[in-house]
Amino acid sequence: MALLQIRGVAKSFRTLRALDGVDVDVQAGTFHGLIGPNGSGKSTLLKAVAGAHFADGGTIVFDGHDITRATPYERARLGLSLKFQITAVLPELSVYDNVLLAIQSGESLTRLLLSSSRRALDGEVTALLERFRLIDRAHDLAGELSHGQTQWLEIAMALALRPKLLLLDEPTGGMSPEERRVTGTLLAPIKAHCTLVIVEHDLHFIRDICDHLTVLDQGRVLDHGDVETIQRSPKVQQVFTTRV
Amino acid sequence: MLSEAGTALTGRQAGRSRPARRVLPWVEGGTLLVALVVPFVLGERTDLVTLATNVLILSLLAISFDLCWGLSGIMSFGQALFFGVAGYVIALVGRDLEFSQLWATLPLAMLVGLALAGLFAAFLLLGRKAPTTIFVALGTLTGSYAAERLVSGWQYVGAGNGLSAVKLLQFGAYEFVEGTAFYFLALIVLVLVYLGARFLKQSQLGLVLAGMRQNEERLAFFGYRVQLFKALVFSLAGMVAGLGGALYSYHQGFIGPGNMGPGLSTTAVIYCLFGGSGTLIGPVLGTVAVEVLTYVLADIDAIKRIWPVILGLVLLGVVMFQPKGFLGLLVSDRERIGSYGRRRSDDRGS
Repeated sequence: MALLQIRGVAKSFRTLRALDGVDVDVQAGTFHGLIGPNGSGKSTLLKAVAGAHFADGGTIVFDGHDITRATPYERARLGLSLKFQITAVLPELSVYDNVLLAIQSGESLTRLLLSSSRRALDGEVTALLERFRLIDRAHDLAGELSHGQTQWLEIAMALALRPKLLLLDEPTGGMSPEERRVTGTLLAPIKAHCTLVIVEHDLHFIRDICDHLTVLDQGRVLDHGDVETIQRSPKVQQVFTTRV
Repeated sequence: MLSEAGTALTGRQAGRSRPARRVLPWVEGGTLLVALVVPFVLGERTDLVTLATNVLILSLLAISFDLCWGLSGIMSFGQALFFGVAGYVIALVGRDLEFSQLWATLPLAMLVGLALAGLFAAFLLLGRKAPTTIFVALGTLTGSYAAERLVSGWQYVGAGNGLSAVKLLQFGAYEFVEGTAFYFLALIVLVLVYLGARFLKQSQLGLVLAGMRQNEERLAFFGYRVQLFKALVFSLAGMVAGLGGALYSYHQGFIGPGNMGPGLSTTAVIYCLFGGSGTLIGPVLGTVAVEVLTYVLADIDAIKRIWPVILGLVLLGVVMFQPKGFLGLLVSDRERIGSYGRRRSDDRGS
């Protein structure tokens, strides 16, 4: 059974039909890319999965739980984590505190009040900051980071939740080619313990890291399959050569 | 090459925003030192000792508001409700049960504040959808106003005249009358509450509150039950306000409808914003400044009449030109918000 099952999901914004009966299966342990032209519904689908907004119709089942109407809090507790398209770090907190805040979310109220886990979590926070090349900026405010570093911090925060499924909405948006390459190398090791759904415009990036792709166009699934199949798909080629 | 350049850049940038020297502990220490000597300096001026005691008690109300707004981003325009209701309850216990033992009545007042604020929190904060700031502000304001009107027409609690000749606070056979003993009792209570609030602010829970204040939605995606945290802090703030209300009632020997209405609730907002919200000590200093000014200017008839207008203009001026309060002139944003991870000294140690 797929880790994430999306069946007939629809979403409208007034007269605009952003999603129109989308079906997607995401298998555990894979990197799954959502691609498509602007306005195809990729980010809307990701937000419907994360709970940023509710689908008007259809069902979303994650790890055996129907999460179609679950709150973001409930989805996060089940093991879903989202990196927003527009970065949402907490700018007035230090880089270290941003990660600590994410990592301590599983702690009980009493342990938070007594700060029982502050020392114990230090190693995990430091390891994440080292992995995402932010250790030198641990004590700087998150609002002072460069765009690329902010994106890395976001990914580090999303991973700090130890999710079963990580949803990344345009993780390399606004990054330099070198930063994109580094982002790819930072993401590769998480495959061992985390499934990834990624929305991305950079087709080279997504081709390099994903096992499986779903192509959306005008709120519908145009095609899906492994990277090679999608690269050869005439339907996809037509959309990408005429509309992208 | 690029990554090397990036490393060099981060090294330079890392040094740029090191936190400035901490000011708040000095302000806190200095304030405590002054508070300890005030009764001895004032000596025979019992009216001024009474004023100073009043300032300490009202500081509890200011801290109560700072817990809501400064620490958690809950705009409460009704903190006086919990203050006033607890004050009435202990006045009634004194009148009807002839009981005013400190060890029981002060915890009772805290319980009243906690329970009442908990009820309001359940109604205002724990709905399926996250409430807006305006909804909470108007909800608490309405509660405060409705309670004031209700009590004003209720003969059992003295209606518009309130309850006077409140039984003196006792500890065993000792009775706390206005003066130095009551001052130090109020100071001990304030210091304990302050240390508790400071402990909360600097804990990992304080980090959750700091995050909540900046971006509630983001915290929900981390898996935090944001509204539950808000309800908890709001209830604790109600408890602190209730404690203040009980001390006020005992100290003044009187409690009236105005002590739970929007007037006092708004004054608590002024104390906090004037001093500097989110710092805990700022609201205490704001209370000192506003109450001392009110006392001094009350003797000048021309100013006395327009004093509420002046206070309103002060609040407007603070909100427009110095939203971080006068303590914001001394304390950096970084220090006000706090730092929750390991300390720099830990780095140096390793």
